[in-house]
Amino acid sequence: MSERNPCNPVSLPGDEFPEGASVLDATSRRTLLKLMGASLGLAGLTACSRPVENILPAAKGVEDQIPGNPLFYATAMSLGGVATGLLVEAHDGRPTKIEGNPDHPFSRGAASAFHQASVLGLYDPDRSREVMHEGQPSAWDEFAAFAKGHFSAMAAGERLRFLSQTVNSPSLEAVRAQALNRFPQAKWIEYEPISEDEALAGAELAFGRAVRPIYHFDKADAILSLDSDFLALDSQTVGYTKDFAARRRVASEKDTMNRLYIVESQFSVTGAMADHRLRMRSGDVPEFVADLARELGLLPAGLNVLNNDPRRRWLAALARDLKKNAGRSLVVAGPRQPAAVHAAAHWINQALGNAGKTVTYVETPRRPQIAALKELAAEMAAGRVETLVILGGNPAYDAPADLEFSRFVKKVAVTIHLGVERNETGVLAKWHLPEAHYLECWGDARALDGTASIQQPLIQPLYGGRTAVETLALISGHKDQRAYDIVRNCWLAQWPGAHGEKTWRKCLHDGVIPLTASPRVEAAPDAKRIAAALAARRTATGIEVNFYPSASTWDGRFANNGWLQEAPDPMTKLTWDNAALLSPATARQFGVANGEVISIAAGGREIEMPVWIQPGHADQSISLALGYGRTACGHVGHGAGHDTYALRTSAAPHVVAGASVTRTDRTYKLATTQEHHSMEGRPLVREASLDTYRKQPAFAHKPDEKTNLFQLFPRFSYDQGNQWGMAIDLNACIGCNACVLACQAENNIPIVGKEQVMRGREMHWIRLDRYYGGPEEDPRAVTQPVACQQCENAPCESVCPVAATNHSPEGLNDMAYNRCVGTRYCANNCPYKVRRFNFLDYHKDVQEVEKMAFNPDVTVRMRGVMEKCTYCVQRIQEKKIQAQAEGRRALRDGKILTACQQTCPADAIVFGNINDPQSRVTQLKKQNRDYTILTELNTRPRTSYLAKLRNPNPELA
Amino acid sequence: MADLAIAQELNPALVLGKPGYADVTRKVAGIVEGRMPRVWYIAIACTGTLTLALAAMLAYLVTTGIGVWGNNSPVGWAWDITNFVFWIGIGHAGTLISAILFLFRQRWRTSINRFAEAMTLFAVACAGIFPLFHTGRPWRAVYWLFPVPNPALHIWQNFRSPLIWDVFAVSTYATVSALFWYTGLVPDLATLRDRAKTRGRKIVLGLLSLGWRGSARHWRHYELAYLLLAGLSTPLVLSVHTIVSFDFAVSVIPGWHTTIFPPYFVAGAIFSGFAMVVTLMVIARQVFNLKQFVTMKHLENMNKVMLATGLIVGFAYATEFFIAWYSGNRYERFVFLNRAFGPYWWAYWTMVCCNVFIPQLFWLKRVRTSVPAMFVISILINVGMWFERFVIIVTSLSRDYLPSSWGYFRPTPVDMLTLAGSFGLFLTLFLLFVRFLPMISMTEVKGMIAADSAHSGDRP
Repeated sequence: MSERNPCNPVSLPGDEFPEGASVLDATSRRTLLKLMGASLGLAGLTACSRPVENILPAAKGVEDQIPGNPLFYATAMSLGGVATGLLVEAHDGRPTKIEGNPDHPFSRGAASAFHQASVLGLYDPDRSREVMHEGQPSAWDEFAAFAKGHFSAMAAGERLRFLSQTVNSPSLEAVRAQALNRFPQAKWIEYEPISEDEALAGAELAFGRAVRPIYHFDKADAILSLDSDFLALDSQTVGYTKDFAARRRVASEKDTMNRLYIVESQFSVTGAMADHRLRMRSGDVPEFVADLARELGLLPAGLNVLNNDPRRRWLAALARDLKKNAGRSLVVAGPRQPAAVHAAAHWINQALGNAGKTVTYVETPRRPQIAALKELAAEMAAGRVETLVILGGNPAYDAPADLEFSRFVKKVAVTIHLGVERNETGVLAKWHLPEAHYLECWGDARALDGTASIQQPLIQPLYGGRTAVETLALISGHKDQRAYDIVRNCWLAQWPGAHGEKTWRKCLHDGVIPLTASPRVEAAPDAKRIAAALAARRTATGIEVNFYPSASTWDGRFANNGWLQEAPDPMTKLTWDNAALLSPATARQFGVANGEVISIAAGGREIEMPVWIQPGHADQSISLALGYGRTACGHVGHGAGHDTYALRTSAAPHVVAGASVTRTDRTYKLATTQEHHSMEGRPLVREASLDTYRKQPAFAHKPDEKTNLFQLFPRFSYDQGNQWGMAIDLNACIGCNACVLACQAENNIPIVGKEQVMRGREMHWIRLDRYYGGPEEDPRAVTQPVACQQCENAPCESVCPVAATNHSPEGLNDMAYNRCVGTRYCANNCPYKVRRFNFLDYHKDVQEVEKMAFNPDVTVRMRGVMEKCTYCVQRIQEKKIQAQAEGRRALRDGKILTACQQTCPADAIVFGNINDPQSRVTQLKKQNRDYTILTELNTRPRTSYLAKLRNPNPELA
Repeated sequence: MADLAIAQELNPALVLGKPGYADVTRKVAGIVEGRMPRVWYIAIACTGTLTLALAAMLAYLVTTGIGVWGNNSPVGWAWDITNFVFWIGIGHAGTLISAILFLFRQRWRTSINRFAEAMTLFAVACAGIFPLFHTGRPWRAVYWLFPVPNPALHIWQNFRSPLIWDVFAVSTYATVSALFWYTGLVPDLATLRDRAKTRGRKIVLGLLSLGWRGSARHWRHYELAYLLLAGLSTPLVLSVHTIVSFDFAVSVIPGWHTTIFPPYFVAGAIFSGFAMVVTLMVIARQVFNLKQFVTMKHLENMNKVMLATGLIVGFAYATEFFIAWYSGNRYERFVFLNRAFGPYWWAYWTMVCCNVFIPQLFWLKRVRTSVPAMFVISILINVGMWFERFVIIVTSLSRDYLPSSWGYFRPTPVDMLTLAGSFGLFLTLFLLFVRFLPMISMTEVKGMIAADSAHSGDRP
């Protein structure tokens, strides 16, 4: 090749491409081959990577935790000074669901409505988030600095007072002891509006010492309740319901049942379960007890006040029954009854030989609270209190009205309030400190018989809250400042030596500290004193007003808990409000109807309440639920109900006599979830006496005798694999709402608010239908839990246009939320009306922190979609997957517990595999009491009911 | 549509004043070509506002949820489905007049059938809003209810559900009615095209009239098509509302689960449809001076149909009561006693008065031929028919098997405005029809007078 200048465009002969000649034009063949060889060799360089640098992940996960699988931790929750052991399910380091602790003697796996709903309280966005000093945000450090200065300046603390809720915690007792040691002149007052004052006074009267009775309902065949709702609000423990239900359950007509008598003014859940119910004013119960004592021969037959025959017969039959069952009977006095009644109950129990058998006694450290609070209020009024430390509670709202606590607290120079929410008391206090919720704190608590459990936190305090123990430790300069240290040291001191650590870990794991139950004591009643006390009682005339705890807010502390506010009251089915409960006759006397507002005046005080007619309520008596009408509450509870504490005085905290009622011309809308209360003769709850059952064991099937079930298409054979079914024992169900709250917590069911409940749009997947039967003035009541019946021939499945609801091969009616377009035909066609439609976006206002309460295993449904009970399909699937992973083919009965079943204190709901002949549900379905509702529609529901039996006294039948 | 091969005696009461072809054209086309009377503008302003209100209510509904209505548990369907059935029912008169009366060779249908068929289409349009918008997720329902390929979900609709049958029935009904109506319109549109003055009008009408030349071949095709479509539409009169009644009859709810529903609903549909035709026709013939073509005979015949169907409906009410008692089924018995004496007794008795008692006045010729009387009665019949659907749907749902779930339904202002808005839409469409299209079938009316004019000369 000749050299040529590529820039010279002159074409030379012989060049094929004169323009734009190739770059290699000037290169020789040799150079080309060199370049090719080099590039071949260098081509391998593309495989070279950067130098290797190894990084290591910080694999420090939680031991035992597989992301997505929940962990369970044992803890305990105190309510009314009594703790129940719980197991809390935690997803990804936050608690989402509460269950009872099967190993705790007073839970045995059950949890009440309050326990179930408490998890929502943890995530309440209206919770107190920061220390407040005189209304301005502050910090714990500032408070610590203040406390250091303020409390160290104190000498003996004679102007220092501590006010707490009922102290139920050994560690708090220990720190308290040390604090009172530091401030010998200071005083410690315990106060809760719902307390055991009368019971204590009764024990004092009867035995001369502070003892608490522990009832053993599983050993009792005849039970008399003196105005005690021991199955629900007066229960103090779900263990009582378990025991009672155990003696209520019947396997065949050969079994026996217990018999429950009750005298009460308002219609309680226990009253609904009773075989014999005598409605009388609370103020008349002491007379009744005196008459009973006479009838039993304990008192000389004197002037018998009972003149009218029906009550005479009742009393006589009752007395005979109690005597017949001596040693197996039980008399229970309600907390609102005066001391004389409690004492008389102790006396009667002793006389019948029940002591040590159906009732045992333990020493209790409790002391009367109202008297102590009264003294404190007097001191505050006189200006003798300079520093008041309020550890939890809300005395400005719920202290007896005559003490004028919120007025006199302003006279105290320094008030320090520790609370989960900045409530009415927190607003008045100089310092408000955020309290740690029980799910976020270390602590300990005692059950009814003193058995202790350690509370362990499921999550770090969300808002830096501290416990009462820590606050007190800070104030008193305790050597340990952290709750963990305090609690741990408190208990390790009890287990010295090498095995202390192991015991600690075991107690944390089990949720129960063994051998901590208080020892039983023998107590002999002083008959003379009791007789004198009974004789001194005078019956009050006129209208009486009763105060009772709310099934939703308890004493007002749960007012901001939307789940509880929307849970319908077990008897009235009211939500979001309290009302003045009157009997139909009393309502007629006043000329009022539901929703009309009346003014109730007693002892110089007056409140206004809407009326709600309660069939079966005592005449001339009004019942008012406490815990409503709060003013410094979060946005959920604001405006819910009316404040009845305004009428409650220290002299008459339970029953006020001589009240007067005047009509106003105003009305108030009340939201109820059940508008109709009669079964209209339809065989929904089938009930018979035990006697009838024995004569006609198949009575529950009588209404279905003439049914001729014809099916056009061949039945699908459900004989393979797991087939899920449920049996609900109506004999055991008390209607306590625990299942409703458990289902709500497990399945992310929204609350809709009062207005939507009034429109009929509440979202509960399981509802408790409460029906009255008999005369309106004195009816019986029955409760029937109804959730999706998972019908084999489901009417809902054939009518869905988009096939969003279908039947699984295991017998479940499946709901595909993402396919549902929301025509609501399925809900229309469901004869049981168990389907719930999201009419609006009920999750619109849910704040970020509230979302932490959601169960991640269950979809949160959007607006426009239908939902219903799924037999907790997420739990079924979880256990099936687990069983498969573990190589087990068959699932053991009792492994899968639906949320409602697991929490039910009465063990009324049984779920399982009906293809398994050994499963409990199969056994129950084989019983002759078993029936399904609306059988004639041929829906073939998988949920069946065991007919209700009552055990009336043949003398009174 | 006259059969020229068969010379028929013209009933002089059907067309008054012996008009010729040109008179008919001038009269009817003149309405479309001329200026609308002032009352038309006032009317469309009102109905247009209501239509806007409907749009606003539907937008509110879709963005906020079904909760803006009064529906609840147990009353999942209330005004939404009542309105749906009401509107579908109204549409049945048009199809009956167009198709069934055509097959029965009832000449008197010719001056009212276009009007009535238009009313059907608009009623079906109004009705179609509700099945879509009553769903919780209409943005899904709009295509998940139709059997179109669905690659994401690979799932068909559930063909066992009456709501899917509704989808097919109503869409078939709308389609066939539209085709039938349009087919009948073609020669009239051609007439308008031939009379059109402006180029724009000529082009639009020319397109719409599909090149109609009026040749013998065109007429033959026209008559054949018309006959076939009439034959197709005839079973629809019976089947569509039967399918709609299956929404209820196929369910298990007492008060719904009854085999009487298909004939009961169909009779009721014809009943309310004719009432609506009479209501609108009475106004139209007055305002547009059409008494020559829509004579007292027409009105009287429609009143007689209303009387007949009203009797069927009344008989159905009585039968339901009797069967409820005779069945011995406690739930069935309760439902009917509840309707008459329960919390919705006022709705029930409105229904019975308006549907059973008041139409009996049509036995009197004086009432049958009195325009003010029939106007009032036809409105009351429609009120009664709306209440009939309300009673069936809401009272049956409000109290069914389990007394614990009994609940009362109360409508919200959104419910009411939606219903009013649907009337607004219906009337707006109707007013537009009256404005732009010949409301009387010139072709068919001319066909009726042709035989008569055989002797009267050769006027075009």
